[in-house]
Amino acid sequence: MTTATTTLAQAEEALPDVPRRRRARSDDDDTRRVNWWATALIAVCSLTILIPLYLAVVVALKTPDQLVSGTGFEWPDPVNWANFPEAWERTNFPQALMNTALITVGSVVFTLLTSSIVAYALARNIHRPFFKGVFFYLLAALFIPFPIIMLPLVKQTAILGLDNQAGMIVLYTIYGLSLNVFIYTAYIRSIPIELEEAARVDGASTWRVFWQVIFPLLAPMNATVGILTCVWAWNDFIMPLVVLSDPAARTLPLAQYVFQGQFNTDYTVAFASYLMAMAPLLIVYVFSQRWVISGVTRGSIK
Amino acid sequence: MTTLTQAVRSSSTAGETPARAKRVKLESRRALPAFYWMVWPAVIAFALFHTLPVLVGIFFSFTNYAGYGEWNFVGLSNYLNLFRDDRVLAAYGFSFLFAIVATILTNVISLAIALGLHAKIKARNFWRGVYFVPYVLSILVIGYVFQFFFSNSLPKILSGIPLFADNILTNPDWAWTAIVVLGVWQSCAFAIIIYLSGLQTIPGELYEAASLDGASAWRQFRSITFPLIGAFFTINVVLSLKSYLQVFDQIVALTNGGPGTSTESVTLLIFRGGFSGGEFAYQTANAVIFFIVITVVSLFQFRVLQRREADF
Repeated sequence: MTTATTTLAQAEEALPDVPRRRRARSDDDDTRRVNWWATALIAVCSLTILIPLYLAVVVALKTPDQLVSGTGFEWPDPVNWANFPEAWERTNFPQALMNTALITVGSVVFTLLTSSIVAYALARNIHRPFFKGVFFYLLAALFIPFPIIMLPLVKQTAILGLDNQAGMIVLYTIYGLSLNVFIYTAYIRSIPIELEEAARVDGASTWRVFWQVIFPLLAPMNATVGILTCVWAWNDFIMPLVVLSDPAARTLPLAQYVFQGQFNTDYTVAFASYLMAMAPLLIVYVFSQRWVISGVTRGSIK
Repeated sequence: MTTLTQAVRSSSTAGETPARAKRVKLESRRALPAFYWMVWPAVIAFALFHTLPVLVGIFFSFTNYAGYGEWNFVGLSNYLNLFRDDRVLAAYGFSFLFAIVATILTNVISLAIALGLHAKIKARNFWRGVYFVPYVLSILVIGYVFQFFFSNSLPKILSGIPLFADNILTNPDWAWTAIVVLGVWQSCAFAIIIYLSGLQTIPGELYEAASLDGASAWRQFRSITFPLIGAFFTINVVLSLKSYLQVFDQIVALTNGGPGTSTESVTLLIFRGGFSGGEFAYQTANAVIFFIVITVVSLFQFRVLQRREADF
């Protein structure tokens, strides 16, 4: 707890400095020579990241015969594209993709709308016992591991009729609250209260102040929270596994799990299916890479 | 109670001096009603979907509920049986072994790579992007790729080494190391980002001063870098140990707990016993113990690690 606060304090201290210091360092960089040893080392180590991805691609492009003869790493000749349509059919890919996309988008939208409002109310009233109590109540939940909730939760979602995509959105929104409120409040407290008071004097209500003054200022934190929620909801396996009961509601990771048994040793089709499951988020990441990294960085030091 | 008294007091003050009412209201102990409307729905939803299942779980841990049918109170017998159950103890042993080894490797490797990425290297942003890729991949799905690698590629590549030639995933003594490889591969991405943001908070002047004094690179790391990223080190170690203790996806992808139950983690055991083994009550008791263990371990780590943190 205290460490989190310390990090927070340090981060707040450090953040305003970062642009200035980075500029100073890039001036310095001009005179400093490129460290080729470090570059070479980083490049070699990055192979550990790239090799599994390469393996995923080449196996998906082979025929079973081409696969059996080698270690799996050889580039196939000729390339076999037929695995993709087959995986598409067998795993009912469009349905799983739609479910995952729906759950992810829904979770991100609801998380951004609710977490920011709660965090705003808490940040502006943190000196009041009730709000302070709520803040620590939410924070304490960060310590509670999912396995303790898992078994009763399944009964509860089934009773409430939430063992479907809508239920997943509700659960991601609520379970994300702890961390997101923590990320938002630190940022909201750094927004000068004078900005709001000006709007209040003009007769704006608290809700209006939030939507028109505070929410637009939260853009960087919205990006951070949005990215964290998106990656979580897209890739999560254990919650869909225990909560979703209808096969038609399956998410992408869950579909891979279910069809793993059916693929058996049919690795080439299975790998095509894995690639298609990983591709959407990977493509989004490639195009927004720097933005994603800076977003996550902001979240981690807050 | 106090809030109520305060509210009454402040409303009476407001009544006495209507001219200053607005100002008093802003400064009073009671917040504007809108703020309560913003917080209450979230608190209720959170209590309903998070706190309630926790309490229900604790309640059933004192019964013999199988997940269906009738149940009776059995007192503490679930808890007592847990400590005599070899399968449960083995699951804790595996989870701790895995978590400790994986936490050490994750932090050593990601700190080393973060230092490399922080140095002046060519195409720095490109390499940062590469190292962060595992973060956006599903552990389960990339885990299946690793499973193929360990069971099909590695036996052919390292056919001279019996351990790998016979498929390490089917080796009861060493299958856990393959799970460590997958876990570390995936978690390093996030840990590197945290360490990088930590390294950026260290003023460059410190290194200039140190090199003027003739400090070696290793000495600079030991005396400047490491102490100053102490808070980030703490966060990383606590977060990785906590998530590694709950390992699940990695095991499902690679060994599914096998061979036998040699790689069965606590989470996997709770999942299996609770849903298909008819041990609902017994495994919720296990989950309660697991919760206590994780909390104690996290708090203990904070205390130990914070003692050696340095500040500016």
